[in-house]
Amino acid sequence: MFVLVVLLVIPALSADWLAPHDPIRGSIPDRLKPPVFFGGTWEFALGTDRLGRDILSRIMHGAKVSLSISIAGIFAGGVLGTALGLVAGYFRGLADAIIMRLVDITMALPSILLALVLAVTVGPSFQTIIVVVTFVLWALYARQVRGEVLSIRERDFVARARVAGASDLRIIVRHILPNAANTIIVLATLQVGSVILLEAGLSFLGVGIPRPTPAWGLMVADGRQLIVSAWWIAFFPGLAITLTVFALNLLGDWMRDRLDPRLKEV
Amino acid sequence: MKRYLVIRSLQSLLALLAISVIAFAMSHLTGSPVDAMLPDDAGPEEAARLTRLWGLDRPLYEQYFVFLGNALQGNFGDSIKWQGQTAFGLVLERLPATIQLGGFAIIVSTIIALPVGVLAAVYKDTPFDSAGKLVALLGQAMPNFWLGIVLIWIFAVHLHWLPTSGRGGFSHMILPAIAMGWFQVAAFMRLTRSAMLEVLDSEYIKLARIKGVPERRVIWVHALKNAAIAPLTYFGVIAGSIFTGSVVIETVFAWPGTRLLAIDAIRGRDFPVIQAVVVTFAGVFIVANLIVDTLYAYLDPRIRYQ
Repeated sequence: MFVLVVLLVIPALSADWLAPHDPIRGSIPDRLKPPVFFGGTWEFALGTDRLGRDILSRIMHGAKVSLSISIAGIFAGGVLGTALGLVAGYFRGLADAIIMRLVDITMALPSILLALVLAVTVGPSFQTIIVVVTFVLWALYARQVRGEVLSIRERDFVARARVAGASDLRIIVRHILPNAANTIIVLATLQVGSVILLEAGLSFLGVGIPRPTPAWGLMVADGRQLIVSAWWIAFFPGLAITLTVFALNLLGDWMRDRLDPRLKEV
Repeated sequence: MKRYLVIRSLQSLLALLAISVIAFAMSHLTGSPVDAMLPDDAGPEEAARLTRLWGLDRPLYEQYFVFLGNALQGNFGDSIKWQGQTAFGLVLERLPATIQLGGFAIIVSTIIALPVGVLAAVYKDTPFDSAGKLVALLGQAMPNFWLGIVLIWIFAVHLHWLPTSGRGGFSHMILPAIAMGWFQVAAFMRLTRSAMLEVLDSEYIKLARIKGVPERRVIWVHALKNAAIAPLTYFGVIAGSIFTGSVVIETVFAWPGTRLLAIDAIRGRDFPVIQAVVVTFAGVFIVANLIVDTLYAYLDPRIRYQ
């Protein structure tokens, strides 16, 4: 499992130096070269696409795109959801009621459809995807963190901090947040895989990352028409998604079992 | 129970209203909705007619209520891309194909997931259990569009066993249903397995065994009947996510359903059709969720609001 994660992170971090070819500019004479062992050469180990771009290099750069989008999206969704969850759970009352209704509404909306709508109205871009991911994720954090806070705020150390004259802000940040941190970390790890799948799906539909950025979903879409004559164009990027999500899901399960076994149902 | 139902229904209503606001805002975000609703070659008199019809010369909140009123009657305007057809009519026309494929995928995944989950629990920690777990983990890691393409490549292009795409006989549904259902099978299977493990450990199962009930009957009748509650309530979630997850699958297999309509409409910037699809499907999704939650609360009284 860790081997897989490392295998994923290294090419993502070092794509700029390690990738054998330019991911965006191809050479037309080298177009549609098959992978090595299927009549190709080591020069283009996983073959080339219609524009003569090296599949391996594009996959390595794609790892960077996928990882940075899911980390940025999860971070944004996590921060927003956690903040709202803390407010709802700590202050209760009207703020709680409003925030939890928003959570219910968000969870009742079909996320892919909303992503499509957003992409068509403001146009597909890096930022759009992150907004979509944030929107899909925040409610889960808000609900989970609120539940945690409800029980943490009744504990003795919170009451003592209050008696000692700590402000609400200080209690939330110094006393409650650290106790909810495990839940937040586990949720975040469990979601990296599904966010990568979401991003790949949106890119595949043409409403995610714009061309010619090497994104895995886009690469599969590019190879789809050529599946009969040049199967490698669509096959390898999809395999990269599968292995990545597989490894990340295992990592998430492992983190959950270690840090927060109660989250089993999520 | 009654209180729970009332609160839950109000929430659903609120979510529906939120959807209508989003759909309404959509055509306003990109500039004048008249431009969005009209074909490029339309004249000024056509624009004036639409402006009056949708009340676009009135304040924004009034425009919203006009939109809402029309939407409630199933009127989203005429399609831009498919001339002479109403947006809602197009959605209704494509709906049966989506329901057919989705329904088939749900049936297939249940037929696979339930027995495998039960057997994985019975043969816990054997190679069968591990294989089931691997299949489940793979299912949750493979992007469904890629799985669809690979299935086409193997079974249609190479082996010529099944057709590549389109809607036709029974054989047309097999590949898309597998690509669509595998992800759900994974979750369904794991849930069935853990529920069965819990039940198989209980006193009445031991009693049934002591009484001499045949093992096969103990597992498939006594245990499954009690273990099925958890996966069956989850069934609703599966149904919901299969219908929403089918956007991609309908694209890959050129299945002429509402999802393909949505994608075509988005590519053609056909706003009335996009709005009709969004509102219809959000409506179906929200009502389905409501039914599932009601069922859940009915089966498990712990869920109801205090």
